[in-house]
Amino acid sequence: MSQTRDIIIVGAGIVGVACAMECARGGLKVLVLDRGPIGGGTTAAGMGHIVVMDDSEAQFALTHYSRSLWHELRPQLPEDIEIEVCGTLWVAADDEEMAEVHRKAKNYGQRGVRVEVLNSADLEKAEPNLRRGLAGGLRVVEDFVIYPPCAARHFLEQARKHGAEVRTGVHVKALRSDGSVLLADGSSISAGRCVNAAGPWSPALTPGLPVRKRKGHLVITDRHPGFVHHQIVELGYLKSAHSTGRDSVAFNIQPRKTGQMLIGSSRQFDADDLTVDQAILDRMLKRAIEYLPALGRLSAIRAWTGHRAATPDKLPLIGPSTVSDRIWLATGHEGLGITTSPGTGRLLADLLLGRKTEIPSAPYAPARFANGGAHHE
Amino acid sequence: MNHAFDIVIVGAGPAGLAAACAAAESGQRVAVLDDTPWLGGQIWRGEQSRPQLSQAQRWIERFRRSGATLLDRTSAIACPQPGVLLAEHPDEPREIHWQRLILATGAREMFLPFPGWTLPGIVGPGGLQALVKNGWPVDGKRIVVAGSGLLLLAVADGLKKHGAKIVSVSEQAPWSRVLGFGPALLSHPGKMLQGAGIKLRLLGVPYRCGVWPVKAEGDEQVRRVTLTDGRNTWTEDCDLFACGFNLVPNVELPLALGCALSDGFVRVNEWQAASVENVYCAGEPTGIGGVDCALVEGRIAGCAAGDRHAPAKALFAKRACWHRFRAALARAFALRPELKSLAADDTLICRCEDVTLGRMKQFNGWRDAKLQSRCGMGPCQGRVCGAAAKFILGRGMESVRPPVFPARVSSLITSGTSASNPNPNQTTT
Ligand SMILES: Cc1cc2nc3c(=O)[nH]c(=O)nc-3n(C[C@H](O)[C@H](O)[C@H](O)COP(=O)(O)OP(=O)(O)OC[C@H]3O[C@@H](n4cnc5c(N)ncnc54)[C@H](O)[C@@H]3O)c2cc1C
Ligand SMILES: Cc1cc2nc3c(=O)[nH]c(=O)nc-3n(C[C@H](O)[C@H](O)[C@H](O)COP(=O)(O)OP(=O)(O)OC[C@H]3O[C@@H](n4cnc5c(N)ncnc54)[C@H](O)[C@@H]3O)c2cc1C
Repeated sequence: MSQTRDIIIVGAGIVGVACAMECARGGLKVLVLDRGPIGGGTTAAGMGHIVVMDDSEAQFALTHYSRSLWHELRPQLPEDIEIEVCGTLWVAADDEEMAEVHRKAKNYGQRGVRVEVLNSADLEKAEPNLRRGLAGGLRVVEDFVIYPPCAARHFLEQARKHGAEVRTGVHVKALRSDGSVLLADGSSISAGRCVNAAGPWSPALTPGLPVRKRKGHLVITDRHPGFVHHQIVELGYLKSAHSTGRDSVAFNIQPRKTGQMLIGSSRQFDADDLTVDQAILDRMLKRAIEYLPALGRLSAIRAWTGHRAATPDKLPLIGPSTVSDRIWLATGHEGLGITTSPGTGRLLADLLLGRKTEIPSAPYAPARFANGGAHHE
Repeated sequence: MNHAFDIVIVGAGPAGLAAACAAAESGQRVAVLDDTPWLGGQIWRGEQSRPQLSQAQRWIERFRRSGATLLDRTSAIACPQPGVLLAEHPDEPREIHWQRLILATGAREMFLPFPGWTLPGIVGPGGLQALVKNGWPVDGKRIVVAGSGLLLLAVADGLKKHGAKIVSVSEQAPWSRVLGFGPALLSHPGKMLQGAGIKLRLLGVPYRCGVWPVKAEGDEQVRRVTLTDGRNTWTEDCDLFACGFNLVPNVELPLALGCALSDGFVRVNEWQAASVENVYCAGEPTGIGGVDCALVEGRIAGCAAGDRHAPAKALFAKRACWHRFRAALARAFALRPELKSLAADDTLICRCEDVTLGRMKQFNGWRDAKLQSRCGMGPCQGRVCGAAAKFILGRGMESVRPPVFPARVSSLITSGTSASNPNPNQTTT
């Protein structure tokens, strides 16, 4: 009966299904619930860039760990995940940004991340469509690109193989401190524990959670293969991602296996609807054309938006909530949830099963915030 | 470049032209935009350069004298803010400001997948007609015409005039229904004459009802079409196969503006006003009623948008008459359920992204299928497969996002700096 269920995961985004896969592999009896289709939330809106980042030690640890897990998974990933090992090219516009290239190169190099420093001429050769006169760049060789909704489906299939159960079209109303969940239709399902993996909607299920919606815009082009060869990101992106203040845009472009390009990106708080904001789109596309002057002539087929789940310290919440040790959290992944989903799943399962984690879990513990899941019920 | 008008009309087909003429009579500044370089929309394409129909000539002439501005080769791609359309133009993006907007975006052909439907040489009847009007030669070509709607006859007639050998014309609707449409034809003399004229010229060409295609075969090109009447199945050789199943309204722009639909068409009130304030709609997006229905709806919308209610009201009775015709059309040419099972599991449904029907069926809804199989994600954004999926599986396109049509990246950028963009150049501090 349902009492024998160990864990209910709410949210079949990439984070929830990665948790389901690792928990089921670890022998737990798992049920995954989602009100929509699999990977239909932020996972359907994001870029799918698997990237090592070093804004903080903890961010580096989780992204690096996760990327290595992704590389382990690669041989078994089906075709439709559209893996493109294009690497990341961080572009420096000026000497100040070039100094950041060198800092990053050193930091990455010391920790075993393969990188190459490009001068202005190298950059021109690597990406002829970039505007002339850029200072240089940093190539992070083993970063890559995937198609997230199919990755989510694949993780869920793995979870199912290990006995996990999945129900879509199920709206969850509340998580209870006894580990059970209350559904919108009034019924409830009991389990040893429940996990809030509802992404940007997680505060609705755990009131007081320090997670805010941060809106992002993207534009996809028609097929123009070979226009760019790397996921190219301006180093100014760091400043943009950092600022928690006003709206920002940064140049970020991704070549897809289909030959299309995904153009990003923007960051806005207090923009809870999903409509395309023309003023932001204007800024974002102008920025992209500044870097890639010929981009303006390519054909765009769709613009859309998504909501990142942002926390104050830009690190996710992974582990037991402060409300109850039967309500766990796997949310707050901001703009890195695709990258960090395997690491999140592994950490959560290790913690649940009392295994030793492979990287320290404390930086992501919800308890680091006084209200890391506070005033429940 | 910025353009400002009192009344802006999207689409220069019959509905748009009639709306423009009526709107201009109110003395307001009126503009019509159309993505093509000519006036007349689908049905009157080519009339500007090679006049044939007197009705088309009258309207084109009337439009020229109306004082309305034509913004041609201008394709409305987005609605960046209330009162503004963003449009693509070969030279520069255009921002068109409006006080009142009339949507006369017409319709497109509906395609249903069947084995072989993606072979070269298989085209929509309307599309083929357009090609021929633009000078594409069909002289001596053997053409099979099939599908549904009055368009089949009109197209077969036109192709024959251009020297094509029409092998056969097959209407999927049964005779009993098409004959039931007769009284509606009779009560509309213009249509009836057109119908009779077509019949005469088509003499010697088999026009069959209750017959539909089940597959097409060929090598690098279609060579044979297999047809059925439900009991017997036979094959006809051809060089081209013109196949289309009625029309689907172009509701993407109305949807992007937030207009409510009912049963797939834009919902309008007696003044042709849509659910969004100051937005009107006329012609095919409100219902597939043909050219005369589009003309009268266009005139009503143009009058109403110019605040001239009396002349609009005077046209209500005429419109009601055409709406009866429209309803009769829908009944007569309703698609038979057998067409839902033409496609096999390995038949492509999404041509842009090469997705088979079988693959699509593995998923629960349109969105799930789209996310997992990419169907509807290509340049046509589900315009073809969305309509087919809706008919076959009862699910279809759910959302419209800008651009309404594929457009250059630079065309998506507006000139405006708004409140949320105080410092456009300094983005990363
Ligand atoms: C523009 C943009 C670009 C991005 N680019 C990248 C990138 O390049 N690389 C990267 O790593 N990350 C990127 N991200 C971030 C990434 O997409 C997210 O971090 C990630 O998808 C989060 O996954 P999730 O499973 O936590 O959330 P989601 O995918 O949002 O999943 C949450 C799920 O919970 C369900 N749910 C919510 N409430 C309920 C309820 N009450 N009952 C039932 N179900 C519920 C939802 O239906 C949804 O399926 C980007 C994000 C955006 C917006
Ligand atoms: C391919 C085709 C062929 C047809 N052939 C015949 C025929 O032979 N005989 C017959 O009786 N009926 C035919 N019809 C039906 C006929 O067009 C309609 O009955 C009638 O013309 C409706 O007029 P309308 O103004 O609503 O649409 P249309 O004549 O289709 O005019 C709409 C116009 O708006 C333009 N437009 C649409 N969206 C935008 C946008 N976002 N921005 C700018 N411009 C836009 C289009 O390019 C088009 O020029 C055909 C329809 C189609 C689709």
